[in-house]
Amino acid sequence: MSDLAEPKTRLEQEVVAFRVADQDFCFDIMSVREIRGWTATTVLPHAQSYVKGVINLRGSVVPVVDLSARLGLGVTDPGPRHVIIITVVQSQTIGILAEVVSDIITVQEDDIQPVPDIVADTVKSFISGVVIVNGEMIRKLDLSRVLPAASVEF
Amino acid sequence: MSLRILAVDDSRTMRNLLDAALTRAGFEVDLAEDGEDGLRHYESFGPDVVITDVNMPRLDGLGFIEALRRLHVDRLVPILVLTTESAPELKARARAAGATGWIVKPFDEEKLVWAIERVAISGGS
Amino acid sequence: MKGGGADDFRDSFFEECEELLEAMHDGFDQIANETHDSETIHAVFRAVHSIKGGAGAFGLDGLVGFAHHFETALEKVRSGEIEADYEVLELFKHCGDHLSDLVAAARDDEEVAQETAAALGEKLNEVIGFDPSEAEELPDFEPTTLDFGMLDLSAPPLPAGYVIAFTAHPELFGSGNEPLLLFRSLEKLGTLDVTCDSSEVPPLEELDPATCLLSWTLRIETEVDEVTLEEVFEFVEDCCEITITALEPAEGAEPYSLPDLGAEESVPFPEPPAETPDIAEDGDAPAGASEDSGDLGANHGEASADAAPPPAKAPAKQVKDTKEPKEKQEKQRGGGATIRVDLERVDKLINLVGELVIKEAMLSQSIAVLDLPSENDVSTGLESLKQLAGEIQEGVMAIRAQPVKPMFQRMARIVREAASATGKRVHFVTRGEYTEVDKTVIERLVDPLTHMIRNAVDHGLEDTETRIANGKNPEGTVILSAAHRSGRVVIDVSDDGGGINRPRVLEIARDKGLVAEDAELQPSEIDNLLFMPGFSSKAEVSELSGRGVGLDVARSEIQALGGRVAITSTAGEGTTFAISLPLTLAVMEGMVIDVAGQTMVVPITAIQETLQPRTVAIHRIGAQGRVLKNRDSLVPIVDLGASFQFRDEPEDLGDQVLLLIETENDRRCALIVDNIQDQRQVVIKSLETNYRRIDGIAAATILGDGRIALIIDPDSIVRDVSIPSDPTMQLMR
Repeated sequence: MSDLAEPKTRLEQEVVAFRVADQDFCFDIMSVREIRGWTATTVLPHAQSYVKGVINLRGSVVPVVDLSARLGLGVTDPGPRHVIIITVVQSQTIGILAEVVSDIITVQEDDIQPVPDIVADTVKSFISGVVIVNGEMIRKLDLSRVLPAASVEF
Repeated sequence: MSLRILAVDDSRTMRNLLDAALTRAGFEVDLAEDGEDGLRHYESFGPDVVITDVNMPRLDGLGFIEALRRLHVDRLVPILVLTTESAPELKARARAAGATGWIVKPFDEEKLVWAIERVAISGGS
Repeated sequence: MKGGGADDFRDSFFEECEELLEAMHDGFDQIANETHDSETIHAVFRAVHSIKGGAGAFGLDGLVGFAHHFETALEKVRSGEIEADYEVLELFKHCGDHLSDLVAAARDDEEVAQETAAALGEKLNEVIGFDPSEAEELPDFEPTTLDFGMLDLSAPPLPAGYVIAFTAHPELFGSGNEPLLLFRSLEKLGTLDVTCDSSEVPPLEELDPATCLLSWTLRIETEVDEVTLEEVFEFVEDCCEITITALEPAEGAEPYSLPDLGAEESVPFPEPPAETPDIAEDGDAPAGASEDSGDLGANHGEASADAAPPPAKAPAKQVKDTKEPKEKQEKQRGGGATIRVDLERVDKLINLVGELVIKEAMLSQSIAVLDLPSENDVSTGLESLKQLAGEIQEGVMAIRAQPVKPMFQRMARIVREAASATGKRVHFVTRGEYTEVDKTVIERLVDPLTHMIRNAVDHGLEDTETRIANGKNPEGTVILSAAHRSGRVVIDVSDDGGGINRPRVLEIARDKGLVAEDAELQPSEIDNLLFMPGFSSKAEVSELSGRGVGLDVARSEIQALGGRVAITSTAGEGTTFAISLPLTLAVMEGMVIDVAGQTMVVPITAIQETLQPRTVAIHRIGAQGRVLKNRDSLVPIVDLGASFQFRDEPEDLGDQVLLLIETENDRRCALIVDNIQDQRQVVIKSLETNYRRIDGIAAATILGDGRIALIIDPDSIVRDVSIPSDPTMQLMR
């Protein structure tokens, strides 16, 4: 085979890996704007339980999503060890409440595997694939599904 | 040396178009908004050719031409009238006022240059 | 596209069109109100004329055609040939509306129904006194001779020789023409040989240097045709003798003589109407070979338009008129230099200034904590910083502010359309049209205001017969006014109609189950039923305002802008809708309060007074409800904490404060809050950018400590008071 058949570019991407409810998750670093320590939020009335409230991000009002609650893994009681990962999804800026960010890792496109059956159904709908790093399974989040629902849910 | 052209039109769109077309054709351009403004600009700019609209507030095109001809008897600067009407009656009135020729809107660069060439010595080409 | 202008020019053309249309409508209004002067009709004419000119440059043929037709009719009025009576003026206004439509359609590249133009065209013909049936063939607006600069490249070049005999009349030089230049132009078209005959030139002592008495014989070998050669002499054809003869007669070409001026041009121009009223006579000449005449020809307008070249006998008069100082004109145009700025940049600046104000507030707070001695440098410096920041903020806000006038003009049109749809005669009055309001507010006000204006004409005003029967002026009046009042903009829509038919409204509301059968309602409460969702009195539904969109929608649109609507009505005298809006969407005066551990902001405009629960009489109604007696009326009490589901409503209000709020609809309620912190200006931040709208919350703001506080929406809270809350509405937490 000639070299021409081989793709010249190696499809790799950097992801931010973090822990939520003792499970490892990651998403594309391109979606991440910054990572901040936990700050108290302003509680929003009529909000879904996973919406922790809003914070002031340099003048913008940014909602914070408790990822654990969002994934059905229990409501987080945030403290100093928690972080807010500021992400931009579909032109909306949202903060993701997570436990410490463990690492920024480089993964090959090929390393991302389809979601195995062992993943709980509730979580499954939020992840687009899994990556195995050092024998640990990291779930890759589909951020657009994590966004707070657009319409008011009563 | 490029020709200096004073274009007088109350429509901003027309001024923009004249400016663009004339500048592109290599002329030096000055713009005025009506006849009165045109007379002021004539003094300061000293154009080689004047292009003027007819319908304008304060001092209309014909009045402007008459004034130019009256005030500057010593220098017969060519004056082209911009008009949407190519009616002979209007041309005759423009001529009576002292116009040299006319350009009918809509114009393009080629048309402008062609009209200017027939009334002034175009140094560029 | 003929003009060769870039998109920028196109944009600027449409921008100018807006101004011209505004000037045109202004002119009509002045004429209608008899506040016009001799210049007014000229200004209107020029506006339409300029639109036509620009449209021509961009090849917008439909627009050119109609503008030309319109202009022709205007010219008749301008020249004093016909008088602008009520009917004519109404027609002109409709034409103005249609012209606006055509401009908008051209800008957005949309199609416009031909019927309107055709109908208006017929009416214009009546005004002009032109009968299209007498014109067998319609001359084009655009004669081909205009494209003299464009050599026809499609035609095969036929090199041929011509002899041109050219004798200049004495006045040729007086027009600024110079034979030499014409010969130069000829030279560019082919090989030229010039022979001069100076036999007519007198001896030197008799010579007038400004007179030309020379004649020339020009021989030219060229690929262009005779028409192009004639064009070279176009400017001098009235002051010279010229004959063009083909040397090698190809295609039967005969010695060609340049026609006398106007006698035999390729497209004939009829005599000016002043001299020849029967213009159709000249209209039967061939249409010429205009390249893009297709849809123009379809329009009757073209014929009459072309048949009447605008400036008939106006020149002398026009010049005289324009010599008079025209202050109005000066005022209109002399607004000083302007620049075009991307709105995004302005908004970014506004946001930054908002940040500045917040930072300044934060700094103030930090300094206050330090407990510095009074009269210290830091505080003094901060004070002037505060002032500066405030001024910058005001200045930046002013950039976004625009007069409501263009919007009011749009409303004038709505009135006209509603009037003709309902067959009512309506006198439309606008006041305070130079009141400036935030651009976004204006834009978003168009829809609700349109609805209210239509409503005023359609439902507000009685029909003519009823008005006459009631001894009123058969012509109804609708007044649209704008004014600044205590930091807000107040826009009123009033009509002098019969007032709200309250028994009828109540009946409808009962039928629709909007109010209980036995409910006793105050007149103002009945009036407010009009704003109830689902209220649309079938009996009154017309094609005009009964489009399923009710006043409730108009009201919620206004509320979304932080505005309020109130309604007042007097039987037999009319109805007024009063809209009150914030000056800007970016800042507002708010009261900072604590509720269940949360800091929130209540718009100061809604707060009527603060009360100590201990000092007022509170009554229980049912298991949950509490009301407070205030000025002989019962006001429901709402616990903000409970309504936002932050907590259960406290039993004992001993430590709380009651905020008595009132909305524009005269609805009141008392809010239970825990504490009042402060009153200050807050910068409004959207929750919807990154989240969504929250019921009961208008927006968010950032407080001095950098935290976000929510701004409550008094209207939605008051509105929800009387409506029983949905039992399924539970906070999932």
